[in-house]
Amino acid sequence: MNTPAQRDAAVLRAENLGRSVPEKVLVENATFEVFRGETLAIVGPSGSGKTSLLRLLNRLDEPTSGTVSLDGQDYRQIPPRDLRRRVGMVMQRPFLFPGSVADNLRFGPRQRGENLTDERIEKLLAGVGLAEYRSRDVANLSGGEAQRVSFARTLANSPEALLLDEPTSALDEDSKREVEQIILQIGREQGIACVLVTHDPAQASRLAQRVVVMEAGRIVRAGKIGEVIRA
Amino acid sequence: MLKHLLSNQLQLGLAQAAVAALAALAVVLLARKRGIQLVSELTIAMVRGLVQIVAVGSILLLLLRSPSWTSAFLLIAMIVAAGATSARRAKAMPQAFQVSTWAIACGAGSVIAIMVLAGVIDTPITALVPVGSMLIANAMNTNGLALNRFRSDVLAHVGEVEAALALGADGKNSVAPYVQGAFEASLIPAIDSLRSLGIVWIPGLMAGMLLSGARPVYAAIYQFVVLAMIFAASGLTSLVSTLMMRARVMSPAEQLILRPGQKTAGS
Repeated sequence: MNTPAQRDAAVLRAENLGRSVPEKVLVENATFEVFRGETLAIVGPSGSGKTSLLRLLNRLDEPTSGTVSLDGQDYRQIPPRDLRRRVGMVMQRPFLFPGSVADNLRFGPRQRGENLTDERIEKLLAGVGLAEYRSRDVANLSGGEAQRVSFARTLANSPEALLLDEPTSALDEDSKREVEQIILQIGREQGIACVLVTHDPAQASRLAQRVVVMEAGRIVRAGKIGEVIRA
Repeated sequence: MLKHLLSNQLQLGLAQAAVAALAALAVVLLARKRGIQLVSELTIAMVRGLVQIVAVGSILLLLLRSPSWTSAFLLIAMIVAAGATSARRAKAMPQAFQVSTWAIACGAGSVIAIMVLAGVIDTPITALVPVGSMLIANAMNTNGLALNRFRSDVLAHVGEVEAALALGADGKNSVAPYVQGAFEASLIPAIDSLRSLGIVWIPGLMAGMLLSGARPVYAAIYQFVVLAMIFAASGLTSLVSTLMMRARVMSPAEQLILRPGQKTAGS
């Protein structure tokens, strides 16, 4: 149970969030909060609605019930482009755009007329362990490198919250560890609120402080990671 | 050979149509052996095409003495029919019929209007309707190609489109690369027709003009004029349809509506 002060500090708060499509309920009545600098894991079996829930948090899909607050403001009152700048997302696959690594990092800021400086690009790349990669063509990157570029590209927008949709599921063990280090660092050093979707409870234990467990579109358990994952 | 056997022009026409249809059927049967099923679609298309063109010929015969402005109604009906035909090729696209009809009306309609005003297309119904229909038919084909290409490109790049949206791009920018690709791909037939004109093929209009006694140089120049008009009408149609569709594959909250296996509103 959070105190009123903690609830006010929530970066993201989902309230009775749900989404149904014809003949199927994808997410039902999901309520939770994520605080600054915290990582909340969403775990559950395939098809339990983890990704569907995550996509509602930056309004890539439209909720059919409930809503989300970002820093206390109903996100339907925030222009979608601004919302997605503030609530970044790293997908399961990196989906980099053709061109150089720097071109990819510049993409987000350019959407609002900002030009990312070379210095900032270097800093972002250093943060994901890819210093000197600025001019590389994304076509020549390994899967792990591409996913790390995807992190840097999202962080270039200076988000307040970060949605991570199984970001290591397509990576080998070494790349997975590197990406996990980045996730830990983002929460610890940048104070960004993270929501991590994973099917791997062990990964949730390594990276998150709290967890919600989903089954058939509903949250069936929630709490501190040590209590819920052990249970 | 047929001309020696048949002296009646109508009988000759039907016999020629039967021989041409047999050639098309032979190709379909050949394709069937390779597992490509086109028999029913082609049979319906051929019968439909023949009935339609004979009907139009009959209507033209009736309208021959009508004032020129009546051809406007005929052309508008053709645009609507072209929009419906084109929309069927882009089934899963939102509001495909509206987009196709408006695009063909803007593309072919405006080129026809400008060319009539400029005196490039003659106003008698026997000139305006056949030339106008050529522009509309080509605009329809281009529109179908553009929408199909746009749809398949967006569906093949849902991840990239949503990655762009998730980074704060607006809906239009997120699908911009696929608008450009669809526009370029849809114009390949029109560009190739212009490029190979006179070398690979002598179009029917020019052949018809030569048969009716026009001077070869004028027939050739007018054929170029027609192909240039077709290119203009097709290009404008493709541009309008892809730009209109670009806005329709996104919801007001900049969410991608067009998804694999998803039915869209208004389709």
